[in-house]
Amino acid sequence: MTGTTEREVGRARPRKEDARLLTGQTNWTDNISVNGLLHLAILRSPMAHARIDRVDVSAALERPGVIAAFSGRDVAEEMGSLPCAWPVAEDTVVPDHPPIAVDEVRYAGDPVAVVVARDRYTAADALEAVEVDYTPLPAALDIETALAEGTALVHTDKGTNRSYVYRATSGDYEAAKAQADVVLTRRYHQQRLIPTAIEPRAVVVTPLAASGEFTLYSSTQVPHVLRVMLAVTTGIPENKIRVVAPDVGGGFGSKLQVYGEEVITLVLAKRLGRPLKWTESRSEAHVATHHGRGQVQDIEVAARSDGTLLGLRVSLTADMGAYLMLLSPGIPILGASMYPAIYKMGAYDFSCTGVFTNRTPIDAYRGAGRPEATFAIERIMDDLAAELGTDPLELRRHNWIRHEEFPYTTIAGLTYDSGNYEAATDKALALFDYDKLRAEQADRNHRGDTVRLGIGISTYTEMCGLAPSRWLGEMRYAAGGWEAANIRMLPTGKVEVVTGTSPHGQGHVTSWCQIAADALGVPFEDVEVMHGDTRLATHGMDTYGSRSLVIGGVAVHEAALKVVAKARRVAAHLLEANEADLEFADGVFSVKGSPEARKTIQEVAFETFASHDLPDGLEPSINAEHVLDPDTFSYPHGTHLCAVEVDTETGAVHIRSYVCVDDVGKVVNPPIVEGQLHGGIAQGISQALYEEAVYDEEGNLVTGTLADYLVPAAPDLPEFVTDRTETPATSNPLGVKGVGETGTIASTPAVVNAVVDALRPLGVKDMRMPCTPERVWQAVKEASA
Amino acid sequence: MIPPAFDYARPSSVDEAVRTLAGAGDEAKVLAGGQSLLPLMRLRLAYPELVVDVGRIPELRGVREDGDTLVIGAMTTHHDVIADPLVRRHAGLLAAATATVADPAVRHRGTLGGSLAHADPAADLPAVVLALDGELVAQGPGGRRTIPARGFFVDFLQSALAPDELLVEVRIPKADGWGFHYEKFHRVAQAYAIVGVAALVRRDNGQIAETRIGLTNMGATPLRASAAEHALSGAGDPDAVARAADSAAEGTRPARDTAASPEYRAHLARVLTKRAVLAAAGMG
Amino acid sequence: MTHISVKVDGTTYEDDVEPRLLLVHYLRDRLGLTGTPVGCDTSNCGACTVELDGAAVKSCTVLAVQADGSEVTTVQGLAHDGEWTGLQRAFHEQHALQCGFCTPGMIMAARDLLREHPHPTPDEVRQGLEGNLCRCTGYQNIVLAVLAASEQEVTA
Repeated sequence: MTGTTEREVGRARPRKEDARLLTGQTNWTDNISVNGLLHLAILRSPMAHARIDRVDVSAALERPGVIAAFSGRDVAEEMGSLPCAWPVAEDTVVPDHPPIAVDEVRYAGDPVAVVVARDRYTAADALEAVEVDYTPLPAALDIETALAEGTALVHTDKGTNRSYVYRATSGDYEAAKAQADVVLTRRYHQQRLIPTAIEPRAVVVTPLAASGEFTLYSSTQVPHVLRVMLAVTTGIPENKIRVVAPDVGGGFGSKLQVYGEEVITLVLAKRLGRPLKWTESRSEAHVATHHGRGQVQDIEVAARSDGTLLGLRVSLTADMGAYLMLLSPGIPILGASMYPAIYKMGAYDFSCTGVFTNRTPIDAYRGAGRPEATFAIERIMDDLAAELGTDPLELRRHNWIRHEEFPYTTIAGLTYDSGNYEAATDKALALFDYDKLRAEQADRNHRGDTVRLGIGISTYTEMCGLAPSRWLGEMRYAAGGWEAANIRMLPTGKVEVVTGTSPHGQGHVTSWCQIAADALGVPFEDVEVMHGDTRLATHGMDTYGSRSLVIGGVAVHEAALKVVAKARRVAAHLLEANEADLEFADGVFSVKGSPEARKTIQEVAFETFASHDLPDGLEPSINAEHVLDPDTFSYPHGTHLCAVEVDTETGAVHIRSYVCVDDVGKVVNPPIVEGQLHGGIAQGISQALYEEAVYDEEGNLVTGTLADYLVPAAPDLPEFVTDRTETPATSNPLGVKGVGETGTIASTPAVVNAVVDALRPLGVKDMRMPCTPERVWQAVKEASA
Repeated sequence: MIPPAFDYARPSSVDEAVRTLAGAGDEAKVLAGGQSLLPLMRLRLAYPELVVDVGRIPELRGVREDGDTLVIGAMTTHHDVIADPLVRRHAGLLAAATATVADPAVRHRGTLGGSLAHADPAADLPAVVLALDGELVAQGPGGRRTIPARGFFVDFLQSALAPDELLVEVRIPKADGWGFHYEKFHRVAQAYAIVGVAALVRRDNGQIAETRIGLTNMGATPLRASAAEHALSGAGDPDAVARAADSAAEGTRPARDTAASPEYRAHLARVLTKRAVLAAAGMG
Repeated sequence: MTHISVKVDGTTYEDDVEPRLLLVHYLRDRLGLTGTPVGCDTSNCGACTVELDGAAVKSCTVLAVQADGSEVTTVQGLAHDGEWTGLQRAFHEQHALQCGFCTPGMIMAARDLLREHPHPTPDEVRQGLEGNLCRCTGYQNIVLAVLAASEQEVTA
């Protein structure tokens, strides 16, 4: 479209989503109430690993207001086994995963029994009346010893705690290593994290018993994936299940799941013929909602003395937790291609071993595999610079792909379409005042100041837009990676966009309106976006992996172009002109050379609705759907710089400044992009400094509430200075790259690099995350001993 | 989560509250602001049979002077303590430390008496009242008794209050002329102190004449850093303060938990004591 | 059961409630005022923040019986005749919300903050919101919104 009105894409539109959220007119799943609604509560294992000898629900059933109570055995057949859709290796060990444990519990929090009662208070009380006898079993509680001789087996029948080994190599790493002047080996630890979306999960199922139909409302990122999987798991026909994701209060990957509670609520609503609700408490969420990260990373880099990288070897041990959830095995593999990052090298050897432990299962958490990869490569680049005595930025410059080298195929086999690492870095350095901070750092070091300054660098890239279906197939993932958009031109000229994405804070409604308004030439205000209901948005692959804009948003654009193409045919007929002679701009079709002969797209929509005078054979609709399967990924990148002050007396780390310049390609809505960055950076900082799921020696989660698991509040985070460069993606017509995970991916290594940089003059070489004050103090003490 | 069921009483006077408690034996819990008790009940870590809500007893609220002593009603909220002009003038340490307790919404409900009676060594105010040489007044069936703060905190989450006693007021000797500082070290704004140090310093001729130091989270109860208090006498410069503060952890038995090891807590007690005393003495 | 009378967003309600009923569940489950959500069970997240007799409190850590005779204002009682408060407008204009789950509590906490500090510094805003967790925004735009609202001549 070549119009004169201001384009919507790129405008800082305040969000359409906000009005309801600001006034409390929300529709969180727990808000949903229907006549006769019953409440479900779940009794969970207090032990990491035990045999269930007896479950007796009879006392619970005797309580007033209790409608039903079941053990796992009571409902095992109807419940089936929870699905894993991503067995990354042919021989992946996929254990049975009953939604309610039957013979054994395998993590503290594993469901053991359920109670259904008239209200949530009665249900909570009745749980205490359920009697369970356990025989404790030895547990596997550590990634590093999971495969060791003598470690207890999580699944005895499988004979091993190994779920899979995945390997990918390119070039000859051993040959590269033989030529190296420097070989650096490191072991980094990705601690286990609790995703902590602020809305705890909830599920409501309303059955239409007579017709065997079910509507399931869930606080989920993936209503479409969920529907397929619920049908497969429970045997209820897919076309009898409607899944709705109402307002969803954050996800960060934790709601990209097919949860036991979704199956349990559906199956019991069916069995009881009554509407049912389950709402998670926060402390329940800490054990029942999947965790993230949880890897031991062995990484080795081979380089010449001038800093030239020759090769990289990565060997991961990844914690799956007690069972494989929907994507568990694939999460570390999503990072497999990202370890070489923005750097050129001749050899790469990647392997990952997935292991079971008796802890809450692990699955996607913001970035999913890519933050781990970026952390390891950006950490070791700093360590290599220190080893070689060069500036860490210079080492990066020496090795990164120069802007004139794009498109560039990395040693991991990805072809980066575009990027400009020099531009982003230069801009970031200027904003950060890098040289001045380095001078202050040197001064503090010289004076032996008890408060040291550290500067951390992270020049990251990531792969966004998950994912080309063909690639997913090669990776043994069960589903595709396309996305659908459907545009309806209503007779009155208003527009409905139905998207298969399922937003939960990302602002899709506003952004998709901007995209559609531009392509259709209609006012932003005239567009509505609908999502998150499988009956309404019949076709979709949902929201995760920074995919929504790059695939779903582009699908909206493409669908709009189809609408225009269909409208062009009608307009040509109405204007008695050849299609080829029509111009389309600002929502108006006009005949070249005679601009007075014109029809607006709204007029065309009405004429199509009336269909009084359409030529034979012309479909009386200008509505269109587009299902987009991307050819490739997109690759946002950026440079994040962090300055920390480390109090060597207490070990406290204070972030003094944080600057980032990101290149996410074309930007649809600048405030939304900045907001995604802010939140992502905050989560990445939080991994670096605050968060860790801690288990005791018996396998109980010690950080079981928000009082123990530290999520930063406003005073704990700095103000972020954000800026952008804009190198459009060449792989899609909007030039967009995705932004949902970039902040999280980039910030963690920037912060830890800064902490290590501050302490390196004192002899500290590494800091384990989170960099707690005690760990920092301990590291300083040990280094000076 | 959901609290377990309980019976509820809402007395309108201290006498009525004490009678109610006396009739209930060991199974009653006093509900002050509820900011510690209700989370415990929601997590089902407390199952009182009777909850005695003392929130509607006007005589338990407010601050007054009694000669050289401030008298603070047990049900005075943290918010009101912080804002109170008498507290700010005569017990600035209490006002400053209370401002670090939890967050504004919790401080609107939480009370000084509730926090002290809860006797959590990780909470800020017990160590502060200990440093201020405060006294706690309890009323039971036999009348009132005054318990010095040094004798009030018996063990982890255990005070000297009998089950049928109600904490009615907190008496704080005016600390006019004392410098003060509360040094709270925690990992995030919402977290409990890993260690906190409440310091009161009286100077004479540029030297420290007298110091009182209360330690948060350095044992099963709040503690006074007696050895450091003694060693600080006569300290006249930051180096001397630092040397004296090295004894701050003497006699403490800090716990090991997810936040810290005992060794680290002991180290922090020394560093934070130095900082708190320097700040309180105006030497920082 | 205990009889209570509570005025919520301008309407007086009389009910018999279990003493253990949390104020937030009274609002949500009994009155159907679901604008105030529940995010945790330890009073950390602040999503449930409402005003009780004019002061911000965490309604998951107050019993309904404790609110007897009191006045409660929730996020649903802020706008009048469709007219948003300055804070609501500022949150919208500064993109201070993403998923929106923490937003009701954040706005109620910010009102409290502006009552105590009508012209706060950025640091005072951060301190004043320490009892409210947001997982989406990194707080940056929330701080900007509160500062923006503080500069408007409105009762926030």
